[in-house]
Amino acid sequence: MQVFKELGQYGTLMYQALRSSLEPGTYRSNLFQELVKIGYDSIPIIMLTGAFTGAVMTIQTAYQLESSFISESIIGAIVSQSLLIELSAVISSLVLAGKVGARIATELGTMRVSEQIDALESMGLNSVTFLVVPRILSGLLMFPVLYVLAASTGIVGGILTAYLTGALPIFEFMKGARLYFFPWDVLFGFVKMFVFGFLITSVASYKGYYATGGAEGVGKSTTQATVLGCLYVVTADFVLAALLL
Amino acid sequence: MIEIRNLTKSFGRATVWKDVTLNIHRGETLAIIGRSGCGKSVLIKHINALLKPDSGEIYVDGENVFGMDYVGLRKMRQKFGILFQGAALFDSISTFENVAFPLRYFTEQSEEEIRKNVLEALEMVKLQNVAEKSTAELSGGMRKRVGLARAIVLKPQYLMYDEPTSGLDPQTSDEINELITMLAETMEITTIVVTHDMHSVLRIADSVAFLHDQCLHWSGSVEEMKTSNDEALLSFIKASEYQI
Repeated sequence: MQVFKELGQYGTLMYQALRSSLEPGTYRSNLFQELVKIGYDSIPIIMLTGAFTGAVMTIQTAYQLESSFISESIIGAIVSQSLLIELSAVISSLVLAGKVGARIATELGTMRVSEQIDALESMGLNSVTFLVVPRILSGLLMFPVLYVLAASTGIVGGILTAYLTGALPIFEFMKGARLYFFPWDVLFGFVKMFVFGFLITSVASYKGYYATGGAEGVGKSTTQATVLGCLYVVTADFVLAALLL
Repeated sequence: MIEIRNLTKSFGRATVWKDVTLNIHRGETLAIIGRSGCGKSVLIKHINALLKPDSGEIYVDGENVFGMDYVGLRKMRQKFGILFQGAALFDSISTFENVAFPLRYFTEQSEEEIRKNVLEALEMVKLQNVAEKSTAELSGGMRKRVGLARAIVLKPQYLMYDEPTSGLDPQTSDEINELITMLAETMEITTIVVTHDMHSVLRIADSVAFLHDQCLHWSGSVEEMKTSNDEALLSFIKASEYQI
């Protein structure tokens, strides 16, 4: 019963957000702030995660394919394609579910329990337009941008690791990466990040917006937002792979 | 004028109150009193439709607040200023911006006019020197006063206070009480105060509504309260350690 109630509440919140997204005057200033918080502020962690993912992938793939019958360029192909199709999107999103999802749920939850959301409403301002819409829109816009960054640093990390460890020559890595580069893989990555961005920001907004019960309630909402965000990312990843590949 | 008609509210199976009927006249200061958890704050959140009742109506200046569309509701809410229990200041912006917030969103005032009006509102609550401070630097009493400045900056017709003196020392409570009386007189505002502080009630109120036993148990003027023989009301006043 509780699941249906929450689904109904989530659906209503998303409907209100969709309807009020046509009032940009109300959320414009918050949108710019959120673009910075979700996008710009996440650059260091996304670059680090991307670079290490590429580096580890290169070492492990080179280790698994250590054979004179397999061309070294295959390692570059596997690493770059894995990064573009799967790893950059999923690993970045799991990190962002923690960073962005937790922040959104905590901010909105604290605003709810300290009556700041009531204060907005009592002034005649639509709190969904003011608080929820800019957060979801920023997620939709910035997650694909962060994907480009994660994938790029991942490939650079892979190339650098290949060079530094002597796993394979750089030109072999590049040759494989170029040979198996398909624009659809990048488009697929964009679609994934668009969906993950929506899921993480909308679930976190929902959990925070309806938080109850003081500090403990905010903590509970934040945990739920992070856990559900991760869970929805891996579930959506499977669904999108099954539907689009 | 605010007319509350047969209002009933419950959360799940727990009834907060039922069949509450009350009139709040223009210019009067009404104190809503009752024990903690009796639904005083819930009642004022119904007046500007922040919460919806199970049944009943509230009319503000003749219009049913629960029958209003989004635009009507927005217009009606701008007639009200509310001081929330914890002041509900936006902690991501400065004190000045908190007070300026309603002006920026609901008026076309220039930056100069906004500055003038914000400083005027802060001066009314005797806090003209804290404009550029962060809200985290303010004490409990200062936060309430800044919340009050934000509530009056749009010059509302109705001002609602949710436990304005709770958590404050007696001296600061007195200052807040003075402010409430001064604002009601100078701005000719209809005032609704939720409190269980009988000292405040006797200082500021014209009339009293007593919520008890899930209903509006007693209502009348302060003078009538002083001579009332109602047992529950007398017991509440006695428990508050205040001698009339």
